[in-house]
Amino acid sequence: MKYTKLIVSFVLTIGLFFILNTKLGSIPPIGKFLNPYSGIWQNETDEIVTGQINLPGLKDIVTVHYDEQLIPHVFAQNESDLYKAQGYLTAKHRLWQLEFQTYAAAGRLSEIIGEKALDYDRTERRRGMGYGADQAIAYMEENDKETLGYIQDYADGVNAYINQLKSEDYPVEYKLLDYKPEAWSPKKTALLLMYMTKMLAGGDEDLEYTNALRLFGKENFDFLFPDFFDITDPVIPKETNWDFIDVPQTALPESMAILDTISETISKPNPDNGSNNWAVSGAKSATGNPILANDPHLGLNLPSIWFVMQLSTPHHNAFGATIPGALSVISGFNEHIAWGETNATRDVIDWYKVEFNKDRTKYRYDGIWRDVKVRVEDIKIKGKKNYKDSVLYTHHGPVVFDKNFRGDNKLAGYAMRWIGHDGGNNQRTFIELNKAKNYDDYVKALKHWNAPAQNFVFASTEGDIALWIQGKFPNKWEGQGKFLMDGSNPENDWQSYIPQPFNAHTKNPDRGFVSSANQHPVDENYPYFVFNDGYETYRNRVINDYFNSKEKFDIEDFKDLHNNNYNLKAAEIVPYMLAHMDASSLSEEEMAIYDEIKAWTFNNDINEVGPSIFRQWYGKLYNLVWDEFDIEDIALTAPFTYQTIYLLKNHGNHKFMDIKETEDKTETAEDLFLIAFKEAAKRLIEIREEKGDYTWLKYKATYAGHLLQALPAFSRFDIPIGGDRNIVNATAENHGPSWRMIVEMSSPPTAIGIYPGGQSGNPGSKYYDNFIDDWAAGKYHHLYFMQSNKATEAIIGTQTLTPTNND
Amino acid sequence: MTKIITNFFATILLAFLLSFVMPWWSVMTAALATALFIPLKRAAVFFVPFFAILIFWAVYSFILSSGNDYTLAKRIAVLLPLSGNPYLLMLVTGIIGGLAAGVAAVFGKQITLMGNK
Repeated sequence: MKYTKLIVSFVLTIGLFFILNTKLGSIPPIGKFLNPYSGIWQNETDEIVTGQINLPGLKDIVTVHYDEQLIPHVFAQNESDLYKAQGYLTAKHRLWQLEFQTYAAAGRLSEIIGEKALDYDRTERRRGMGYGADQAIAYMEENDKETLGYIQDYADGVNAYINQLKSEDYPVEYKLLDYKPEAWSPKKTALLLMYMTKMLAGGDEDLEYTNALRLFGKENFDFLFPDFFDITDPVIPKETNWDFIDVPQTALPESMAILDTISETISKPNPDNGSNNWAVSGAKSATGNPILANDPHLGLNLPSIWFVMQLSTPHHNAFGATIPGALSVISGFNEHIAWGETNATRDVIDWYKVEFNKDRTKYRYDGIWRDVKVRVEDIKIKGKKNYKDSVLYTHHGPVVFDKNFRGDNKLAGYAMRWIGHDGGNNQRTFIELNKAKNYDDYVKALKHWNAPAQNFVFASTEGDIALWIQGKFPNKWEGQGKFLMDGSNPENDWQSYIPQPFNAHTKNPDRGFVSSANQHPVDENYPYFVFNDGYETYRNRVINDYFNSKEKFDIEDFKDLHNNNYNLKAAEIVPYMLAHMDASSLSEEEMAIYDEIKAWTFNNDINEVGPSIFRQWYGKLYNLVWDEFDIEDIALTAPFTYQTIYLLKNHGNHKFMDIKETEDKTETAEDLFLIAFKEAAKRLIEIREEKGDYTWLKYKATYAGHLLQALPAFSRFDIPIGGDRNIVNATAENHGPSWRMIVEMSSPPTAIGIYPGGQSGNPGSKYYDNFIDDWAAGKYHHLYFMQSNKATEAIIGTQTLTPTNND
Repeated sequence: MTKIITNFFATILLAFLLSFVMPWWSVMTAALATALFIPLKRAAVFFVPFFAILIFWAVYSFILSSGNDYTLAKRIAVLLPLSGNPYLLMLVTGIIGGLAAGVAAVFGKQITLMGNK
């Protein structure tokens, strides 16, 4: 009897220990997680912003002043120390995010969250994320040891922080998922830059277009997906003279698209990833100083993608938004210049059909068999055996789709040619911009930038404004890469690149301002092939109209424009729909909604119902128009909004307006307006029942989601902010202005900025999400640009980083 | 009664000291040890270390959390889910620790019984 009791109690003890010490499904190991000495209670801490810290390897003392927004102002004596300190401080405030983003970039999420991430990981690896990062490191080893040295300094700084951590100090996410931080390395910085490249230049529709071309024919395709819309308001003003360009576009070979049927493609970045930036010249500025603004539109996440810092040495003094994992300031200013980026998307991904020999060791190219290279991707999976994926590489790039991945052809595959694999030196551009003193320095810094192509806006205290569209762009023949190409034909390869000085740019244009909002980079007069890569057609026009509307602008005007909620898209289609829809059959309830949208003045403010009605109505309408594109097991993408609205207004009887399902009837645009309206009204009434009303506030319900699938505990919901995609205030549900900055080029520059998050990555810190309310209200924080290493009243604490053996 | 009080405080003290050298399951070791050296009877075998550690962990969590306005506790109380109530989270923390300690103590008690005829 007593033996039984002994054994039972023993088993119970061991069993309970096991349960409390093991992660079970999504439940963290609860004993480890909750105990007060090493569990989450240890993360209930205030920020430590004073004291002295040993940072091994420093050459000199580094001083860090924190202001009340928890922005660190770093004063180092040399660049090597500066980037070491940046790595250290970034890790200190954002360690989990810093590391998680590079796991995501490398396709290593299965290591943390298990098998459910395997498809994601395989996709990232087949996309060549690790391969691209290796190329970037190899390029720097060969050509730019200095930059690589700084990247190593940053890594040393991150590792110095990680090495002094005890397990109770790990950020709460590590405790939740039950793992540990690993050492940082330069490769991780390269991976982070690949992650940005994927986010901003990792999308293309070539395979979807191939399906569309096969199904609908060339005439329809060109009509639905024109290279240029009937209006263009490009980044580089239309009147620009291109006579200086003396290298012609690649001549058109006799090449035919390969009309395969493709059922599924790999995931693409959010098409809303984009941004606004603009600058006015001194002549157009109320104070006589140029003013510059930038607001990158990205996913609204917590911890925020941005971390604001001031980074200075005796030779330069930069301030602005940094990205955890990358060195120096990305969007910001120094004593002489200010700069910011918007995405300059271009088709820099092309697909080639590749034919293999029997054992898939060779592929056909130019009439001969060439060797295939194999890169074995070894994917660790939490709690399971590793998964090994052999990815075949051709001279084009990785064969993403083959019999092992979303393909069924044993002896063929689709290889990806992506500029992201070319081993650029992006980090150099930012390090040089941080130190740039004038326009020439800015232009020089940009030359190192390959991808993702960006519209780099510029303003200087000398009074210049400029905008360069910088990236490494293939000089394509007319139409090259719109569709799947034959990978065995050398004429289909990228033949050359547009020489860097011929990248489109403008300096001090007559109109007195420069601006970009992801629209067409240039108009038809630019002598190289540029086709519509999903270009914006609304924000750009609102911005340019605004700057053409009066003579002088000041900072308040800039703020107003950032927060401008005018819905030009709705203004261009709603009156037409209302005028052409037969409203006689509407019920009383539907009529009430009809009256509501009729009264709307096209502002997407939070208390309006018009934006919600429009979103529903246009959304339903769009699906009805493009029902032809909804085919099971065929990857397709429907035409862009601008062209859809153009068709509705000008080709209302086009055969695409017909709803395929209704065989006895041929619908026109006017019929679709009514059907869509009735469907929308039904849904809106449901929403009213669910949420009480369908004001834009409740309908949109903007949220900033934690990087772990918007874990509710660490996210912020129902943020009261207007706007939407295609609106200058581009805030949609979970996407929008992730950093707003306005800089006036006084001497020294004065700046304001804000982002939807907070400086701390710790959900237990009051600095985790403390900017969100002000951001939503359209407010800004003054950016305290310290001119000397002397703490003032604005500083809440000063920390000194000292070399270990500095006695 | 004295034994109960002695065991109660000894368990807390030992758990506190062991926490510097062992992971969270130091509470199990502490309760096991006090069960061996300060034996109790019947339900007290489980409940005395249970309440000792419950109070220890709950109070310790409270001290850590109250200094930071319960910022993280409120969030974790959404995650678990305890309707965002940080005090409930402290109670749950205490119960988890208490349970581990209590069960270990019962095992300790059974060991002491092995010595008896």
